[in-house]
Amino acid sequence: MSSGLQRRALLKGGSLTVLFSLSPFVPVVAQAPAAAVLPGSLNGNRQLDSWLRINADGTVTMFTGKVELGQGILTALTQIVADELDVDRDRLQVVSGDTSRTPNEGVTSGSLSIQDSGTALQFACAEARSLLLGAAAARLGVDTGALEVSDGTVQGPGGKRTTYWEVASDASFRREATAKALPKSSRQHRLVGQSVQRRDIPAKVTGGEAYVHDLRLPGMVHGRVVRPRAPRARLLEADIAAVQAMPGVLAVVRDGSFLAVAASREEQAIAAALALQAGARWELPGDLPPAGVALFTHMRQQRSVDTVVSEKTNALASATGTTRLASEFTRPFQAHASIGPSCAVAQWNDGKLRVWCHSQGVFPLRADMAKVLRLPPASITVMHREGSGCYGHNGADDVALDAALLAKALPGTPVRMQWMREDEFGWEPLGSAMSMQMRGSLDASGKVVDWQHEVWSYTHSTRPNDPDGSNLLAAWALQEPLPAGPSRNIPQPSGGSDRNAVPLYEFAQHKVVNHLLVDLPIRTSALRTLGAYGNVFALESFMDEMAGAAGMDPVEFRLAHLRDPRGRAVIERAASMSGWNRRMAAETRNPKTPVGSGMLKGRGIGFAKYKNMAAYCAVVAEVSVDPRSGAVKVDRAWAAVDAGLVINPDGLRNQIEGGIVQSTSWTLYESAAHDQTRLLSRNWPDYPILRFPEMPTVQVELIDRPDEKPLGVGEGAQGPTVAAIANAVAMATGRRARDLPLNADRIKALLA
Amino acid sequence: MSISLTVNGARYTSPALPETPLLYVLRNDVGINSAKYGCGAALCGACTVLLDGQPIRSCVYPASAASSGQVTTLEGLGDPKRLHALQRAFIEEQAAQCGYCSAGMIMSAKALLDRVRNPDENQIREAMAGNLCRCGTHTRIVRAIQRAAKELA
Repeated sequence: MSSGLQRRALLKGGSLTVLFSLSPFVPVVAQAPAAAVLPGSLNGNRQLDSWLRINADGTVTMFTGKVELGQGILTALTQIVADELDVDRDRLQVVSGDTSRTPNEGVTSGSLSIQDSGTALQFACAEARSLLLGAAAARLGVDTGALEVSDGTVQGPGGKRTTYWEVASDASFRREATAKALPKSSRQHRLVGQSVQRRDIPAKVTGGEAYVHDLRLPGMVHGRVVRPRAPRARLLEADIAAVQAMPGVLAVVRDGSFLAVAASREEQAIAAALALQAGARWELPGDLPPAGVALFTHMRQQRSVDTVVSEKTNALASATGTTRLASEFTRPFQAHASIGPSCAVAQWNDGKLRVWCHSQGVFPLRADMAKVLRLPPASITVMHREGSGCYGHNGADDVALDAALLAKALPGTPVRMQWMREDEFGWEPLGSAMSMQMRGSLDASGKVVDWQHEVWSYTHSTRPNDPDGSNLLAAWALQEPLPAGPSRNIPQPSGGSDRNAVPLYEFAQHKVVNHLLVDLPIRTSALRTLGAYGNVFALESFMDEMAGAAGMDPVEFRLAHLRDPRGRAVIERAASMSGWNRRMAAETRNPKTPVGSGMLKGRGIGFAKYKNMAAYCAVVAEVSVDPRSGAVKVDRAWAAVDAGLVINPDGLRNQIEGGIVQSTSWTLYESAAHDQTRLLSRNWPDYPILRFPEMPTVQVELIDRPDEKPLGVGEGAQGPTVAAIANAVAMATGRRARDLPLNADRIKALLA
Repeated sequence: MSISLTVNGARYTSPALPETPLLYVLRNDVGINSAKYGCGAALCGACTVLLDGQPIRSCVYPASAASSGQVTTLEGLGDPKRLHALQRAFIEEQAAQCGYCSAGMIMSAKALLDRVRNPDENQIREAMAGNLCRCGTHTRIVRAIQRAAKELA
């Protein structure tokens, strides 16, 4: 299509407003019109007893709509609750992600759980504590001010004492929260701010029942689904009778193009699924976009919704531009590639459905399943059990519907649906391919006076519970299908494909334009950081290109354009941790000078404040590039992080270390290939990821700001890491790599 | 037709066909949680168990081929009350995020430490190269193995 400015006409009918106001990510909650805004998820779940229950046996049950994904959230939440209530952590029972028992907190995503659920629990506990102390004071005949609490035991003057468990019946939580009891200050915290050990790890390293994969219900049978790895494939013919006669087979379900089988034993289900696949005939549309570099040209020609995301104009400044630069960056389709393929257990009883699964959002999943199964949501209970790490929207929701559709054929029988590796690679929504076009100019003093960032991308958000369709895979294949929801973008300030495209740096003028592609030939959705990974790669690479044109050191250049003191602090800290100095940067920029080992060495820096509103993170990477093979290795990485008040420092470090390693893998190796008809990754050889020999040594430092709000950190490191690596490769080789991944073939070609 | 197996010192019989991958017999007949399905093709290491002390990928290893040997799974190393040094080290180092790969990691590490008393970091990296982790806890897993090696030395 022609220029982006012309296409803005698309927005003129007001359709944009409608599109963005229908974001499926905020749970819609009925509220009294005059209700006060309450903190965090308390606002949408206002009953105190929906968060907390004091039990007569001396335990406390806490409820959260957020779920454990391996990020340690349930441990962090127990730290908050234990501190606020003054009870020991081992008294806490945690109920999480259960449509019949917990608050609806939407999806566990976006590094928001501490802000949403942590804040809600903190205020709920502060209020609960004050109610309990009121009841204790009345019972003991003393003033509340004279009471002290230790592990639920309330102590008054003159040796008077009682406990939460004794007075709980006098202090009903069956009331709306007011958030008027203020939580403790950071100085009063005993557990918040401490590296307490995760509560889920012991079971995981001793063979406990830790995952939905380990759930064994009485009479449970095994299911498999049958799909070709081609989007929109239509099932023409299946040899159901032959498979029904196979050993152990209990049911073969065909509904439109949905095909699945249940058997008594797991290996029987696998054999039956293979036989079904072998005997099935599919119509494959062959309508996928071109692969390789042609993909990005193609993407720029597709129908799009175009939005000026952020604009700051300054005609005077732009007139002073003396050096102009323009670069294009790309990021391929990438997979979540969870180690454990998705799994769910479903059981129908008397027309009611129970599902155990590892969805990130049990309520949105239930809503979508209700639509597909034509049931009232109240007839479905969805219960979270942990799965393999998901890193966003993988097959977790789809497998739950697959399980339900198959289990419907076997009423009363629990059916365990396990996707095979090929199912996960073939059907999980991918992280979208992205194309970023950067343009800018510098004035004579080396200041950026103009900055233009345009991004073309498929959607990063097709999670369940779309208002205009169903985003569950099987829904599209049924005899009576539901359509997929339309492409949507998460609006700013967090953004979707434009996430982190708005520069935090202060430029005299800037403009950020998002081109959201309307048609979705390859299924895409949220992969950890959404568009931020691609945008920070482009933005921070282009900053280095600008610094080079200005003849300035990259760290110095960033600081010269950044006012935010917390952003400056992480950049300065990462630079100092890595021993960054101008001389080193200048030396490593000397191109094509192998050091002693024959390797090219370089260092680079990358910085972002995730979503421009979560944690600040700066990463310095040191790379070795083998000029013969083109292979890049990240030898070391240093990260400085400011996440405000830190609940669990070791948990935070674990997230940042993991984010750096994961982003290193994305950056150096990962690209999900397709041809005209199929997704081509079947198993790990087709989609290599980082292995132990390639692991960087990582050092993380936290800038603790206990008086600031806690900021989400789970996605903080991925953007800065890709930029740091790309900048380090540019320093090492003197050539700028602008297309991800930076694999050996690409770098070898770059050096040729 | 049935298969007999010795798993963590106890005898079990399974009605599975002889060529059934050991993984499914362990999980569904013996009741083992630790060994995990990951790829079904000996490519990721999540299903690793020991057969007579040697690491094998149970997702492709025929159950009948294991019937004359001793199968050890993570459950056979220790339990929450009596942790093996490796299990203790994984907890101390908090060497997991989702933990789905942990069982396979620990079994591969056990095989390494049985073979090499005090491996250096490069030996650990090489020995663990066939075990995939997606959360990026590699650095902690290496530290945990080093910690366990010290304790066992």
